[in-house]
Amino acid sequence: MADAAVLPATSAVRRVPGRFWIVPPAALLALLFFYPLVLIVQQAFTDDSGMANVAEFVRVLHARFFLNALLNTITISVAATAGCLIVGLVLGLILAFVPFPGSGVIARLIDTFIALPTFLVTLAFTFLYGSAGMLNAGLMEVLSLHAPPVDFLYSTWGVVLAEVTVYSPFVLRPLLAAFSLVDRGQIEAASVLGARPFRIVRQIILPAAVPALIAGGSLCLLLTVNEFGIVLFIGAKGVITLPLLIYSKAIQESAYQVACIIAVINIALSLGLFGLYRFAAGRLGA
Amino acid sequence: MLVWSRPGRIVIWAVFALLFGVLFLAPLAVILLSSLANQWNGVLPSGLTTEHYSDVVQGAAWQAVRASLVTGFLASALALISGTWAALALRIQDATLARVLGVLFFIPSAVPSVSVGLGLLVAFSHPPLLLNGTVAIVMVAHFVLISAFTFGNVSAGLARLSPDFEQVASSLGARPAYRLWHVTLPLLTPYLVAAFGLSFALSMGELGATVMVYPPGWVTLPVSIFSLTDRGDVFAGAALTMVLVAVTLILLLGLERVTGRQTRS
Repeated sequence: MADAAVLPATSAVRRVPGRFWIVPPAALLALLFFYPLVLIVQQAFTDDSGMANVAEFVRVLHARFFLNALLNTITISVAATAGCLIVGLVLGLILAFVPFPGSGVIARLIDTFIALPTFLVTLAFTFLYGSAGMLNAGLMEVLSLHAPPVDFLYSTWGVVLAEVTVYSPFVLRPLLAAFSLVDRGQIEAASVLGARPFRIVRQIILPAAVPALIAGGSLCLLLTVNEFGIVLFIGAKGVITLPLLIYSKAIQESAYQVACIIAVINIALSLGLFGLYRFAAGRLGA
Repeated sequence: MLVWSRPGRIVIWAVFALLFGVLFLAPLAVILLSSLANQWNGVLPSGLTTEHYSDVVQGAAWQAVRASLVTGFLASALALISGTWAALALRIQDATLARVLGVLFFIPSAVPSVSVGLGLLVAFSHPPLLLNGTVAIVMVAHFVLISAFTFGNVSAGLARLSPDFEQVASSLGARPAYRLWHVTLPLLTPYLVAAFGLSFALSMGELGATVMVYPPGWVTLPVSIFSLTDRGDVFAGAALTMVLVAVTLILLLGLERVTGRQTRS
């Protein structure tokens, strides 16, 4: 819309050469991203002799290691997203509606977590909750135990907790934007008329936050399905997700076709979630 | 203000402090502490040392810092050029095509980074396009992964630009190239700087694609941190992580100041 206003009425003639300016960056992206993507799909459906073949694809689809990784990926992603929504909502409600001195700085600080590498949190968690970490050392000292009592880190739940830490800022950001649009007068009126905070949250604040929650939540689903660093750094044998499986098949076992097959499924899943996110963000008007 | 009573507010703030402390503050604090620890068998380290940091300045760790900075800078610069170019060029397409292409430029951010690395290995391991085993493949991987973010940032900036300036410029007879260089790009500068900072920060922390494609001799910070901790050298890993955090924060805050000044002036 903006460009229609910018260009003068006679620009219909000038428009035509201008259209080709998109070619260089589009060609670069096509060569460096879409062409490799097509080759992954091609390799997934071709056998050693170069013929099209779905037998290997079907075999991997039914293999136990694949189904396990798929189940792990979905479980972790759904649980982490639920956690991000809850943590994001609680933090957002307090930051927006029960502010304290310095809450603006804290909100910015949480926001910078978006730019930090994800594995940082896993590394920190091994110092905090690992078998020789602070929590276990403390508990063993106080309760005079011989074995570390806290043992969730090297399991699915360790990954989920790390992902909640890393990705709840992605829910918090759109939520705070949505909360800033909520009419403060409406809340004060409800409060003066005797509505309890819980009811105000449920009837006034939450309805305004639903689009932001959907957009943030679907972004979290996408990012947690694709998460690699956290799972790699925890390095638990039982916790293998799709990205980790692609890495171990390609780099450790040199099984490139199997890696490509898993990548095709992972990419399809991610693109589906990306579509969901775009749809949600579009409805939000973002 | 949602909660009026003072005790109620204090309870709520305590909940916030607990969540914030456990989820965000504790991880950063504990990494900082462990990067300074010489031994850690109990609740707290038995002694503090700066040895891990002095190791960073010498030897292989410094190579990792350099590899990450060079990769981040080149990949972000290329992503900035291509993202800005794409965002500007999309403005003169018709609406439907612009929407479709816009989505295509965003897709790299939705695909798992490990598959981006895998795709590059599959595509560029044979002549004439032999990149596998070179430093260039790391740059390409980072470029692909951050290009969507620069494109997104610059597009968002363009959408917020008031069309008045450009309109005035063209009604005064400025040719498109002149208008672009003297009106549109200067107005966009804060967004360009922010886009560059964010993509540099993302590149500094990139692990999934790098670990698939990196050649020996070009080990970036995250890969180096992983191999250190995997070997059990957790304190050195923590020190390198702090270096990574510091560089990222300096990039973000420094560039934020630059952009802040420019939007104010």
